[in-house]
Amino acid sequence: MDVISEFFSEYDGLGAFKTTIYLTVVSALFALLIGTVVAVMRVSPIRVLQVIGTLYVNIVRNTPLTLVIVFCNLGLFLQLGVSLANKDSNTFITDNNFRLAVLGLSVYHAAFVAEAIRSGVNTVPLGQAEAARAIGLPFLKTLRYVVLPQAFRGAIAPLGNVLIALTKNSTVASVIGVTEASAVMKVMMENRPDVIFVVFGIFAIGFVILTLPVGILFTSMSKRLAVKR
Amino acid sequence: MRQRIIAALGITVLAATGLTACGDDGAGGSGGSGDKITIGIKYDQPGLGLKEGSNYTGLDVDVAKYVAKEMGYEEGNIEFKESPSAQRETLLGNDQVKMIFATYSITDARKEKVSFAGPYLVAGQDLLVRADNTDITGPDALNGKKLCSVTGSTSAQKVKDKFAKTVQLQEYDTYSKCVEALGAGAIDAVTTDNTILAGFASQAANQGKFKVVGETFSEERYGVGLKKGDTETCTKVNDALKKMVDSGEWQKAVDKNVGPSGLKLDAATNPPKSFDACA
Amino acid sequence: MSSVLFDAPGPRAKRTYRLVGVASIVAVALALWFVIGKLDEKGQLTAAKWKPFLTGEIWTEYLIPGLIGTLTAAAIAMVLALTIGTLLGVGRLSAQPWIRLPCGVVVEFFRSVPVLLMMLFTYALYANYDLFPPDRLALAAVVTGLTLYNGSVVAELVRSGVHSLPKGQSEAAMAIGLTTGKTMRLVLLPQAITAMLPAIVGQLVVVLKDTALGYIITYEELLRKAEQIGNFKVNLLPALIVVGAIFVIVNYFVGVIAQRVEARTRRRGHTAAPPLPPDQIDQAAVAIAAAAADPRSGGTA
Repeated sequence: MDVISEFFSEYDGLGAFKTTIYLTVVSALFALLIGTVVAVMRVSPIRVLQVIGTLYVNIVRNTPLTLVIVFCNLGLFLQLGVSLANKDSNTFITDNNFRLAVLGLSVYHAAFVAEAIRSGVNTVPLGQAEAARAIGLPFLKTLRYVVLPQAFRGAIAPLGNVLIALTKNSTVASVIGVTEASAVMKVMMENRPDVIFVVFGIFAIGFVILTLPVGILFTSMSKRLAVKR
Repeated sequence: MRQRIIAALGITVLAATGLTACGDDGAGGSGGSGDKITIGIKYDQPGLGLKEGSNYTGLDVDVAKYVAKEMGYEEGNIEFKESPSAQRETLLGNDQVKMIFATYSITDARKEKVSFAGPYLVAGQDLLVRADNTDITGPDALNGKKLCSVTGSTSAQKVKDKFAKTVQLQEYDTYSKCVEALGAGAIDAVTTDNTILAGFASQAANQGKFKVVGETFSEERYGVGLKKGDTETCTKVNDALKKMVDSGEWQKAVDKNVGPSGLKLDAATNPPKSFDACA
Repeated sequence: MSSVLFDAPGPRAKRTYRLVGVASIVAVALALWFVIGKLDEKGQLTAAKWKPFLTGEIWTEYLIPGLIGTLTAAAIAMVLALTIGTLLGVGRLSAQPWIRLPCGVVVEFFRSVPVLLMMLFTYALYANYDLFPPDRLALAAVVTGLTLYNGSVVAELVRSGVHSLPKGQSEAAMAIGLTTGKTMRLVLLPQAITAMLPAIVGQLVVVLKDTALGYIITYEELLRKAEQIGNFKVNLLPALIVVGAIFVIVNYFVGVIAQRVEARTRRRGHTAAPPLPPDQIDQAAVAIAAAAADPRSGGTA
């Protein structure tokens, strides 16, 4: 099977999957961060923050990811002049595109993270927050010490699914020139139309290997860490 | 309650099929029947083949109209159909279009699947830069610069491998994004066929902003794609092309569509003096 | 819920809230001002770039055909996904391992592979083997990719919907002598589908958004039309912004419908199961529902 050796040598398929993994992991961290902030805004006592949080979620999750990522490059970078890498570096374009893609993926998935956490907050019994208030904890401390720790544990399954979706959605980064798995697959299919089944098989299995363990891990974690009530 | 779900599903199906029916309108009149002809062009290449509302403009379109007229089709009887690169062979093979004028380079690999008339133009890979740029004079001046092309195209990689080892490559999925980035100053040059580049530079809103460098480093012979073995049409097309060149109409079309960019086509090969034998 | 998280504010808290509120409004306003200023400086706000959207031509030749393309692909894909998904979901609930296991493998496989990959593959496949007329090629590939993925999501919805029904339902069906097949068809599935309905409508938003991937394989939907407008009027960014707004509006309304359906199902019942929330987290919806329904069965494989 010469295609398989071509995948490793000529096309650097492993490198492409490494980019996919790297994109996923970094974006996941930022998405978790932004998503938590947005979720907190949405349950906060301040009306303006609630509105901003709701607007954010409603706009971002109703926009196709492709558009979000294209806006990061065409809008943020080209028009607003926001670059995320050293302009004089000789790897500027690669670094900048990668980071813009991370930004787009984070912003997009943060909306889903926020919804997952909110659904987690809903699993926390009312008595918990009431007890926290009764002992005099203010809003942020109620969240920080009582509600969020339980909410995260209740949101593990949906968060795991956002992570799986993020892994797969990282393929969209190819539209601004990030050489991840789908970009390489496209080129391989164009060059070798005779063996598209094998090419698709290689990449599909790659993604199964990436996502299946995540699903299993998060399912078992959600059971193990579920708050016993 | 069951009936309700079935009804709901039924409505969805109806809605879906209704919508499909709407989408079906275009498929009706396919080519080759009597006095109508369907011609494949690009819809997204300014200066070559561009959909402008309900009109079509560009060099490919003008050449196609001239050839069709010589073959006895009035302009009102020409139906244009979009032919994205990946679909050109199938469009011809299934008789969905009679001819294709769509920056279609004649290559041996393609000749195995389709036949070509022409060439009607010899283009070459070139560079597009901002009008005030003076230091990019050719592909070897690109070291340390930022070059843009489209994903999956080998043209940018060729520059990196052959001419400028330290060039940085930006890849987008469309050339319009490359041109947008060039205009914003984020990249230094765009590479692909000089005609395509000239088409973008000739757009009214872009005039004076960009220029084509004029150092071609490849040869792309644009042919008229035909169904494999269609020698009859091939001969007619070649006769029409010859007449177009001889009458000066060819030059007029070139000047009109890609002239404003200052593009100089390689005079040794343009206008094409001889055509490939029809086989 | 949120009212439980904090006390009614006293005078000092009220002042702090107002301060934070005003500060965040100012921050958002500043960000907007910066963005608009920069866009203006770069010449993106000129009349030449925005006027075209007030002309009928841009709508009749580009945006409306694009929207029809997006809706067509989404509608066909959703109908097919419901059919295939219901079959796979029921298959996964089968008592026969030779039905259950292959269905499980198919569902898990198509949930793991990115939709874009499937579209690229089926597009190449259909083109190389000449399976569809060329002008239907892109549509066929888009629909296939969307159907395979969303079919597997629907399968999981069906499964968790059936799991969320009280055990008494199937026990009662068995007690009056229904076969396993009839129990599924006459008792469990109708209730499961009713419970799933809000989640299915919510999934439609995911399908609509994912049709945008079709522009990578030249499918004539909104995003590709935006590119064409950009080529025609040299206003790519404004065209993308307009198309983005259309997507947000359409999807927002679909989301609202999903919530209405949920409220209605909750109110009118017709199912022994709680309605699955119309979450747009696609797979997450499945997991939430499964977790809520039956902690032992678990959501994902």
